[in-house]
Amino acid sequence: MIGYIHSKETFGTVDGPGIRYVLFLQGCPLRCSYCHNPDTWEFNKNSAVSPIEIISEFNKNRSFYRNGGITVTGGEPLAQLDFVTELFRLAKSENIHTCIDTSGILYTENLNSQFDELIRYTDLVLLDIKHINPEKHKIITGKSNDNVLSFARYLESKNVPVWIRHVVVKGITDSYDDLFKLGEFIGSLKNLKAIDVLPYHTMGVHKYRELGLDYQLEDIPSLSKEDAISAKKIIISGIKKTKNFN
Amino acid sequence: MKHKFEAWDGFKTGTWEKEISIRSFIKHNYTPYDGDESFLETPTQDTLDLWEKVTELSKLERQAGGVLDMDTKVISTITSHGPGYLDKEKEKIVGFQTDKPFKRALMPYGGIRMAEKACKDNGYEIDPDVKEFFSTHRKTHNAGVFDVYTPEMRACRSSHIITGLPDAYGRGRIIGDYRRVALYGVDMLIADKEAQKETTRSAMYSHVIRDREELTEQIRALSQLKEMALSYGFDISKPAKNTQEAIQWLYFGYLAAVKEQNGAAMSLGRTSTFLDIYAKRDLENNVFTEKEIQELVDHFIMKLRLIKFARTPEYNSLFSGDPQWVTESIGGIAIDGRHMVTKMSYRYLHTLTNLGPAPEPNLTVLWSTNLPLNFKRYCAKVSIETSSVQYENDDIMRHTHGDDYAIACCVSSMRLGKEMQFFGARANLAKCLLYAINGGIDEISGKQIGPQYRPITSEYLDYDEVMQRYDDMMQWLAEVYVNTLNIIHYMHDKYCYEKIQMALHDKSVTRWFATGIAGLSVVADSLSAIKYAKVKVIRNEDGLAVDYQVEGDFPKYGNDDDRVDSIAYDIVHRFMEHIRKNHTYRESIPTTSILTITSNVVYGKNTGATPDGRKKGEAFAPGANPMHKRDTSGAVASLASVSKLPFRDAQDGISNTFSIIPGALGKDDLVFAGDIEVDLDCDNGACSSPTLFEGLDTDEK
Repeated sequence: MIGYIHSKETFGTVDGPGIRYVLFLQGCPLRCSYCHNPDTWEFNKNSAVSPIEIISEFNKNRSFYRNGGITVTGGEPLAQLDFVTELFRLAKSENIHTCIDTSGILYTENLNSQFDELIRYTDLVLLDIKHINPEKHKIITGKSNDNVLSFARYLESKNVPVWIRHVVVKGITDSYDDLFKLGEFIGSLKNLKAIDVLPYHTMGVHKYRELGLDYQLEDIPSLSKEDAISAKKIIISGIKKTKNFN
Repeated sequence: MKHKFEAWDGFKTGTWEKEISIRSFIKHNYTPYDGDESFLETPTQDTLDLWEKVTELSKLERQAGGVLDMDTKVISTITSHGPGYLDKEKEKIVGFQTDKPFKRALMPYGGIRMAEKACKDNGYEIDPDVKEFFSTHRKTHNAGVFDVYTPEMRACRSSHIITGLPDAYGRGRIIGDYRRVALYGVDMLIADKEAQKETTRSAMYSHVIRDREELTEQIRALSQLKEMALSYGFDISKPAKNTQEAIQWLYFGYLAAVKEQNGAAMSLGRTSTFLDIYAKRDLENNVFTEKEIQELVDHFIMKLRLIKFARTPEYNSLFSGDPQWVTESIGGIAIDGRHMVTKMSYRYLHTLTNLGPAPEPNLTVLWSTNLPLNFKRYCAKVSIETSSVQYENDDIMRHTHGDDYAIACCVSSMRLGKEMQFFGARANLAKCLLYAINGGIDEISGKQIGPQYRPITSEYLDYDEVMQRYDDMMQWLAEVYVNTLNIIHYMHDKYCYEKIQMALHDKSVTRWFATGIAGLSVVADSLSAIKYAKVKVIRNEDGLAVDYQVEGDFPKYGNDDDRVDSIAYDIVHRFMEHIRKNHTYRESIPTTSILTITSNVVYGKNTGATPDGRKKGEAFAPGANPMHKRDTSGAVASLASVSKLPFRDAQDGISNTFSIIPGALGKDDLVFAGDIEVDLDCDNGACSSPTLFEGLDTDEK
């Protein structure tokens, strides 16, 4: 069993609880306009590693990760579903906390048996909902959000703890209505544990130049902390509305 | 049971009464504190007034270009200056190095030229009589050293393969056990020293003569200490009776040391838990309130912030600033398993809040995974708010140094009153590697500095050949380095002896012979490049290797890669073994350190291009750090490489300078709502995290 890895961050503190060993998997089916890791898009390149190598490297420095664990992100980690499942199976056999950071885009019901297997070994999912509106989701990523939302429901049915992530970009994902609706939707998820508003930043722009790619959001500035806080408040008001109804 | 002194009433009895043993006193009397910081008090008006004065004077000092006033005539001794005050009415703890605050003392025993230059560079002129006296009639440490240096030692010094040697200034790194002054009073310490003098051997070998002379000097210094305290109106011949006296007595001991010595590091020790015993007794007996005790601590720390020395701009640039290294060690775990955090540990750290952040005194937490959770949280909080706390690994150091050691300077650990250190600067191991390649010729000056071994002449470097030559060159370097230090410490003892600091030690002290390494990550990466990539040598017209071309990639130190980390380990171990082969002055035990915190820039400046691809003059990484931008696998991998280095070979300390942008340390509470973990010790489940729904509630406000 082999997985393709873009890179790793041995001191990850923003992708799940505690200090985490974060594995960036190579390859993604989406082409989000604001993506800051375009170097992870292409499939089947960079270094190939086996799950056991990852686990043994993790174990070498396990004392650092006492309250953390392993996070797989990317790229789109679910594009290498078998690899992640095997990695997490090994991780759980050694009592390591596991977390997936995903867009959910590759979920379909006919893969349920495979997802059921993955979920057995998954402690937390960071589900990145790019947009609550299917049309706008398509504009940003190239695909509709149907799979994403049904993945959210699937995780709810399996009672897997979920953190909802949402990148807030000025003029694209920051309208009051959209944020409120996002809140309304996630407020109905019984497995919701946290929301993580990710303010858009421009730190990935230089990578486009290096890769010879056009960057579509050239003129959009990073989101200020104030705007991120107000976006969070709007989402929370949406959550509250749903909760009060129920 | 009745104590010998009334001042000891209420203390539990122990060996400390029969012999000088602060550790025994602490062990029998201290109370670990598991609570949180809610008991802490805000500063009093007097504290705020005094601190305003200090701020004003600091501003004037900066406007004056860094020095407000200097003594150019009176040679500083324990008793040379009358009392000095900031505001006599308001100061609860008193004493300055000279007769007024911000006035730097004249200390020429380390070297008259350095003292003269320190004056001149700051716009002052040393008194001609003083200069004449110390040039003609009274020899200094510096003069003694240069009388004895061999031509080879001088050459090593000027080519910077050995640098930063304490041969023209005070070596520092010695910590007197200043707590003894408070617990015993000076008369009992003098009596103890008199008794020690009685027990020296009767046959007058030179070391016996030296012991008797030093003990006499120590006794004299103790008498001067009493005299100095008396000039401030305190009789410290007897034990301190309460917290205020204990802090004051202890501070007088320290003050005497910084009046006598301008050392490279003048650290305080481990005083907080000791003083807590007094504070607890006073609180119970209603002698002082918590507010009053915090005020005493605030005033004490304020005094420590005002310790100043006359130094040259070169010295300050080597150390990036004007550091005194008034290091105070806090916390740690006792040998009996109890943690040593007390309320006083909190009160010390709280001065950073009451007086604001400051680099001095260098408050150092002896960190252990077994410290109480409340204290860990408080440390994290103070660190976040003030960026002024240093942390050291007690779990490692406790094995060799027990539970009553302290840190001198930034990382040098020593048992208080029982161990001291001969500070020894650093050997430049990166330059040594270049000497191995060039057969002892300096790559910058072209001069033959090292032994004329055969140079490497091949176009591409061969790992085994380089290692063999390097090992020989390290052996040579270790020998000349140790012998240089032998001269330095002999002369320092002879001409610039630390009388009061050694008076606050036992008679038989363990002496650590400290050496140091600079350029470790450069060497590790260079050898890795030679082993795993191809390194082509670029030679100048004289055949001297002056640059290197690396073809291909190689494992780099700082990525948790054993292929190169094992090279770093091996180099430290080998060099230390070479050091150990040499005779060291005064039966001292050799150690080494890997801890250039700022001087790595200067070492790099004086070193040619290296086989790892580093260019001529480029800075080394600090201490044991990986080279800048070569650790590409995140902080844990970087730290893991450093943590593989053998502490038993680098017992004087391994440093890793680590900076991180706040955003990389976790989520912003204001943007993130949910299960944020405080990454402290959450094993026991005591670590509660705000939940999403608490977040929902607070948003309504």
